[in-house]
Amino acid sequence: MSLLKAENIHKSYGKEEVLKGVSLELERGETMVVIGPSGTGKSTFLRCINQLTPPEKGRVWLDGVEVTHPKCNIDKLRAQMGFVFQDFNLFSHLTTLRNVSIGPMKVKGMRKEDARKLAMEELERVGLNDKMDAYPAQLSGGQQQRVSIARALAMEPKLILFDEPTSALDPELIGEVLEVMIKLAKDGMTMLVVTHEMGFARAVADEIVFMEHGVIVEQGSPQQMFSAPKHPRTGEFLNKITELYGETA
Amino acid sequence: MLLRATLINIELLFTLLLLGLLLGTIVALLQVYGGRFAGTLAAGYAWVFRSIPALVLLFLFYFGPSQFGVNIPPLVAATLALGIRSSAYQSQIFRGAIQAIPQGQMMAARSLGMSRLQAIVTIIIPQAIRLSLAGWSNEFSSVVKDTTLAYVVGLNEVLRHARIIMDRHYELAMLAYLAVAVIFLVLTYSGNRSLSWLERRLRIPGLQMKGGTQNT
Amino acid sequence: MAFDLAWLPQLTQGLVLTLQITTACIAMGIVLGILLALGRVYGNRLISTPCSIYIQILRGTPLLVQLLMVYYGLPSWGIYPSAFISGVLALGLNTGAYQAEYLRGAIQAVNPGQLMAARAIGMSLPQAIRYIVLPQAFRIVIPAWSNELILMVKYSSIVFSITLLDLMGVGKRIAARNFRYFEVFVVVALFYLALVFIISQLLRMLEQRVRIPGLGEQAEQR
Repeated sequence: MSLLKAENIHKSYGKEEVLKGVSLELERGETMVVIGPSGTGKSTFLRCINQLTPPEKGRVWLDGVEVTHPKCNIDKLRAQMGFVFQDFNLFSHLTTLRNVSIGPMKVKGMRKEDARKLAMEELERVGLNDKMDAYPAQLSGGQQQRVSIARALAMEPKLILFDEPTSALDPELIGEVLEVMIKLAKDGMTMLVVTHEMGFARAVADEIVFMEHGVIVEQGSPQQMFSAPKHPRTGEFLNKITELYGETA
Repeated sequence: MLLRATLINIELLFTLLLLGLLLGTIVALLQVYGGRFAGTLAAGYAWVFRSIPALVLLFLFYFGPSQFGVNIPPLVAATLALGIRSSAYQSQIFRGAIQAIPQGQMMAARSLGMSRLQAIVTIIIPQAIRLSLAGWSNEFSSVVKDTTLAYVVGLNEVLRHARIIMDRHYELAMLAYLAVAVIFLVLTYSGNRSLSWLERRLRIPGLQMKGGTQNT
Repeated sequence: MAFDLAWLPQLTQGLVLTLQITTACIAMGIVLGILLALGRVYGNRLISTPCSIYIQILRGTPLLVQLLMVYYGLPSWGIYPSAFISGVLALGLNTGAYQAEYLRGAIQAVNPGQLMAARAIGMSLPQAIRYIVLPQAFRIVIPAWSNELILMVKYSSIVFSITLLDLMGVGKRIAARNFRYFEVFVVVALFYLALVFIISQLLRMLEQRVRIPGLGEQAEQR
């Protein structure tokens, strides 16, 4: 049974249909990267998975439990799915350490000292334990994003959803975040990543999905997608992006 | 009968707002452009008259002079007291607006050869007026309701009449006050609508206070 | 022109009453304000509309009218509140409405991404409001809230009209008895000025103490 399964997701904003029936399956330990032109619904799709934006039609299952079921405990399910935002969304009024420990404490009911210890471990994992007592506004963008990954990790999730994690960062800061993500992938975390970073995709993705205009155009292994794409649009897009962004990592 | 008394409130309202506007503008300009002495004086004036309760001012202006043999009619006393108070608030609104205008505007005006006075009149003030409208609308709402305070100096305004009704027909007390409340709801509402209309008519695209418009 | 220093103790007593009334009504206002603001922002139609109507009515009608309604109006319906209770009640209901609006603005000023992130790690809506949104909203609302506190100190003076002997009430009584309105009220004015000044300074200190770098002003990311 796949860890994450999305079936026929439809989402409209007003009259405009942004997602026109997207389905995909993610296996445990797999790193799936979703690429495509901006505004084609990739981020919306991610939000439909953890119901931050509930879809109009379609169903989602996490490890066999239906997330889209009206009677499910959505908070409990969200606690099992990590989400990393493009704009980081760190809690501005809390220190770095508290940002990471508040989830385990308040949502999972962990004791304060245990949560603190866990938070320090996760911050160490992303290389930021020396910034424990700083406030988000005092950190650079790259540091904030790494903290936000630590925050997601502290919940010990089954998988992590990444919504264009590096798009809001200055170029020099992208590398440090990608490094953390690559390490996570290599350590076996199940990840669903929406990104423009082709180097990352080529290096760690087990599967690449190309989305455009609210539908999946093509998906396959990185080798196959890059060297022998089946759909013309896929090839076009990949060429343009690799030209624009060059090789990273 | 209550409605006729309301006219007194409205009369007081407009006179005091006018006084407040004139004085307030002068104080604001002094505070921003007046140099250290005048500026501090202006700031002090504004602080003092914003920090003293309206009622105290009303008493000072009405009962105070009578101690020295000068009798000031309630309407005049109320206009002076509330007008000066409003001028203090309005000066701060206007000052905030002036200071929100980027320095570059004044610099550009001067580099065209305008004198300071010219620049202030033709460039700064027109912009400041538009930026003040939101704050001014707030002040208007406040002041409308404050006109009822003149009741304590014996002005024959609407609240006093409600009291008279109450003295004659005790059971009607609540109703009388409810009626006054409704009258003021209407006044505040129509006042705000008119100001919104004015704001729309004067609006210039792109000219806005930082932080956008907060609706009251 | 003479001001009898013997009047000072009486005035000070009036000041104490003023402070008591102000504190009581502000406390009431805070609680009411929080409830109304939460109702307006997070409640469904059934809750948010009455809240909104209440706020508009209380803000659209004069405070003096509200006070007199409570003190003189209620008795005509059979309820007889004491002067002190009437004062605190009317002032509290009024400031609650204003505080609700300020808090609502502050809640809406908190970056919506904060709430999203809180829900994303599995916090329930009440948890997210309590631990993430409100702590930030409270810091954002401090300037408006300080303003309201000072305003209430000044407006508390209206309770003199329902026989309470606050600073204003005492002042009037002394002035009337001795026909020394000018001197007495200049001193009363000075009392209020001092009060406003001290409270402003205290509030400024409070704001500094709870300040968090990057919170409250337009938080710049990156």
